[in-house]
Amino acid sequence: MENIRKVLDSDEMERVITRIAHEILERNHGSGDVVLIGIRTGGAHIAERIRKKIESIEKKSVPLGLLDITLYRDDLTEIGAQPEIKGTEIPFDMNGKIVILVDDVLFTGRTVRCAIDQLIDFGRPRAIQLAAFVDRGHRELPIKADYVGKNIPTSLDEEVKVYLMEEAGKDEVCLVAKGNK
Amino acid sequence: MTTTKTKWTKKDLLGLKDLSREEILLILDTAKGFCEISKRPIKKVPALRGRTVVNLFLEPSTRTRVSFELAEKRLSADNLTFSGTSSSSLAKGETLKDMARNIEAMNVDLIVMRHTSSGAPHRLARYLRPGIVNAGDGINEHPTQALLDMFTIREKKKKIEGLKVSFIGDILHSRVARSNIWGLTKLGAEVTVCGPKTLLPVDIESLGVRVTYDVDRAIEGADAITLLRIQLERQKESFFPSLREYMQTFGITRERLERAKRDVIIMHPGPINRGVELADDVADGEYSVILDQVTNGVAVRMAVLYLLSGARS
Repeated sequence: MENIRKVLDSDEMERVITRIAHEILERNHGSGDVVLIGIRTGGAHIAERIRKKIESIEKKSVPLGLLDITLYRDDLTEIGAQPEIKGTEIPFDMNGKIVILVDDVLFTGRTVRCAIDQLIDFGRPRAIQLAAFVDRGHRELPIKADYVGKNIPTSLDEEVKVYLMEEAGKDEVCLVAKGNK
Repeated sequence: MTTTKTKWTKKDLLGLKDLSREEILLILDTAKGFCEISKRPIKKVPALRGRTVVNLFLEPSTRTRVSFELAEKRLSADNLTFSGTSSSSLAKGETLKDMARNIEAMNVDLIVMRHTSSGAPHRLARYLRPGIVNAGDGINEHPTQALLDMFTIREKKKKIEGLKVSFIGDILHSRVARSNIWGLTKLGAEVTVCGPKTLLPVDIESLGVRVTYDVDRAIEGADAITLLRIQLERQKESFFPSLREYMQTFGITRERLERAKRDVIIMHPGPINRGVELADDVADGEYSVILDQVTNGVAVRMAVLYLLSGARS
């Protein structure tokens, strides 16, 4: 038995993106040194949306990179079947930039740890800030987001699903509770 | 390009004969994600941290050995290489099996192996726990070379299915040709082999390839041409009268290439005998993708090591 509860619809998701874009601009005094890096795959689409929003507000372009954290995972030797490698694309120099790392769901914090390790292998950004579209709690590492789209308190047997138009054909955030097994 | 959902389950990579079309595509797709790592300022990812790889090169090699060593280092594996038999215990009469079992006893995770005898890695794979990667066994197979060739064709031509690929030269002694034939025919390419009759194995048609002794026919209409080295060290008897005659009959020159498609690519697994199978101006010319092959080789080998080390046993 699965119990599905819709948390955000597409209009609400759009407003969340708009707010995060404004918060990034407010905190960093414009988009001057800002670069966006989305964590594949969900975070990449959200980063692209934030970029479009920032560009429409500021009327200038913001660099966007994509990060595949697979090869930095700490469970690579345990999981048996290998996750697919999609590749990292960072077509700009991030030295001295303010990197906004974007992920769809912030959970244990392990993905973000991988992402930060990888970013530091690419150069020395002036700062790394974290934007999470959903924060569902249950951190296993001392990591906190600078920008949070929506806090969704969860229990461990629940799952947060972020559906995005680019992959799923619809925009929606749901909380899926798995029934007693 | 296709993306596959196949999972890798094999402990070893011994040859393309044993792989399915889906497994080959999985390696090629995975390799795409590894290309960019070698272009970073810090060319290293921690994927194989703590794993140990031993490279056992019991036959001379530069390209393949360097390529594997770099692939291992860029994945953060600990590695060591020993090459040649004179400096190893094999010179004292130890059998290959005993030597390999001793290496296994030191808890290594992967063994990359090149050997002069066909089937040597297959034999070790049967009794050893570590994964075995065949880096060339006798005249049998050289799977990672064929994979990087296919990767290069796919990168340049965006597909493999339906392409015409010709191999010209010493097919008889070529493990590169054999692996490529297995792989390319599985992916739907039309393969032609061409060379002196003495250097074509009997009954090679049974592998699903077209045979011609006329180099112009092998060139005409081909999308990719791979030249194979005349392997002087393997030729104890003479297979053709002279190198000069070989160049005149089978060597690829600019004039000969005029019959080719305008977007043909010229490949060579190296090392090149300049002026024998390939003229200088073709080897260094605009059709040549020989150095792209070398670059792609590192990414392909990283993909193979990554997949093998995550195989579910």
